Amino acid sequence: MCGAELHTRTQAAWAVLAEVPDPEVPAISVCDLGIVRDVEMAHDGQLTVVLTPTYSGCPATEVITESVLAALDAAGLGPALVRMQRAPAWTTDWISPAGRDKLRAYGIAPPGPVGGEVRVPMHLVGGLAQSAARSVDVRLGSLGAAPASALACPRCDSTNTERLSAFGSTACKALYRCLSCREPFEHFKPI
Amino acid sequence: MSATTLTSAVVAGAQVPSIGVPADASVQYLLRLADTMLILTQRLSEWCGHAPVLEEDIALTNMALDLIGQARAVLTLAGQRVADVTGGAVLDEDQLAFLRDERDYRNPTLVELPNGLAGRPDFAFTVLRNLVVSTWLLAMWQHLADSSNEELAGIAGKAVKEARYHQQHAADWVVRLGDGTAESARRTQQALDRLWRYVPELFEDDAVDDAAVESGLGPASSQLKAACEAALLAVLAEAQLTVPAPSTFRSTGRRGVHSEHMGFLLAEMQHLPRSFPGGAW
Repeated sequence: MCGAELHTRTQAAWAVLAEVPDPEVPAISVCDLGIVRDVEMAHDGQLTVVLTPTYSGCPATEVITESVLAALDAAGLGPALVRMQRAPAWTTDWISPAGRDKLRAYGIAPPGPVGGEVRVPMHLVGGLAQSAARSVDVRLGSLGAAPASALACPRCDSTNTERLSAFGSTACKALYRCLSCREPFEHFKPI
Repeated sequence: MSATTLTSAVVAGAQVPSIGVPADASVQYLLRLADTMLILTQRLSEWCGHAPVLEEDIALTNMALDLIGQARAVLTLAGQRVADVTGGAVLDEDQLAFLRDERDYRNPTLVELPNGLAGRPDFAFTVLRNLVVSTWLLAMWQHLADSSNEELAGIAGKAVKEARYHQQHAADWVVRLGDGTAESARRTQQALDRLWRYVPELFEDDAVDDAAVESGLGPASSQLKAACEAALLAVLAEAQLTVPAPSTFRSTGRRGVHSEHMGFLLAEMQHLPRSFPGGAW
């Protein structure tokens, strides 16, 4: 294949990947989620998609691999390969702006910047031990108290919200509720 | 991938021979780490469907999922390392997880203890243990992010972020229970009194640690002690708990000499893969 043809195939692959939904949050694509690191093209036209797993134990990893391969096959770009690449570790900072909008429209509060939350996570080990005790909300427990940087409800935009649990229906989400519109919602945790 | 796969794999009365693991220090080092997560996962999964409230049921199983993902990655690495040092076949994650005998598991005794006291599952004991283990793992991953082994460093880069959430969750609960009602304080203190004697094992060095430092694979256990102790004592103080006096007791799980609870845990964990060798669905 000539260079231009390979380039076209790579572009076509990216276009296909932009339509492959994340199995756990189907409102966004694997590209929106920021887990597609690269699409490599060998000289013979063989495609390799490089993916970064979101969480170590994410049960969707295998499904994502299968969906990606099936979509490329269906578009006539297969048979392709998927390679998992751990480093650098995936971060929610890689979720695209469009992905964030889609999350919000789907009812999931998108993550803020990693490290941008006021009290989560607690850095007990690694140099901040002195302030560690203070970062624990003692009486209420952080389980019921909203973080100081109150999260906006994806339905009504109110920041009068509270966290119910740090862990939601999937490892990547926390469970919240809005005290204004009374609706529960999920928050994609910054990690 | 289908029902017939399982059926065809089943051999009536089949015996699956146990696999041994080489004494090589790097293999042992990786197994200590992986087994800590694997065995704690087994204990946490016992809460599935039984936790005090639904949110905590979900939280504990979510954390178990993170831990099993981390354990799989490190077991896979250990299995490749086995082939490197023996020149033999690679052992896969399932073989290492399910086909070793008790003496070949390298987890500290702390993680194999039952979820409660005197046969009763106890949430205070569970979150206290989670605090100790997540604090230890967080410190461990922070060091391992600089491991000379690129794969291990990559696993650590991901896991360190997950461990922070685990530690946060456990610390929140320990403070809430320890500084809570008279009953929750009593039970949390009782849990601390029970588990504190198992903590020193996490920071004891031996030849495996020396070799890991030498090769740059990872830190010696003692290198994690100062940061972990500072973090643990800060949370325990905030929780109004009394730190028990040091004990002369030393647990020995990381050397393969386990408590009486380990055999029962493994019997449950290994039953299916041992009874249906090669089973898949």
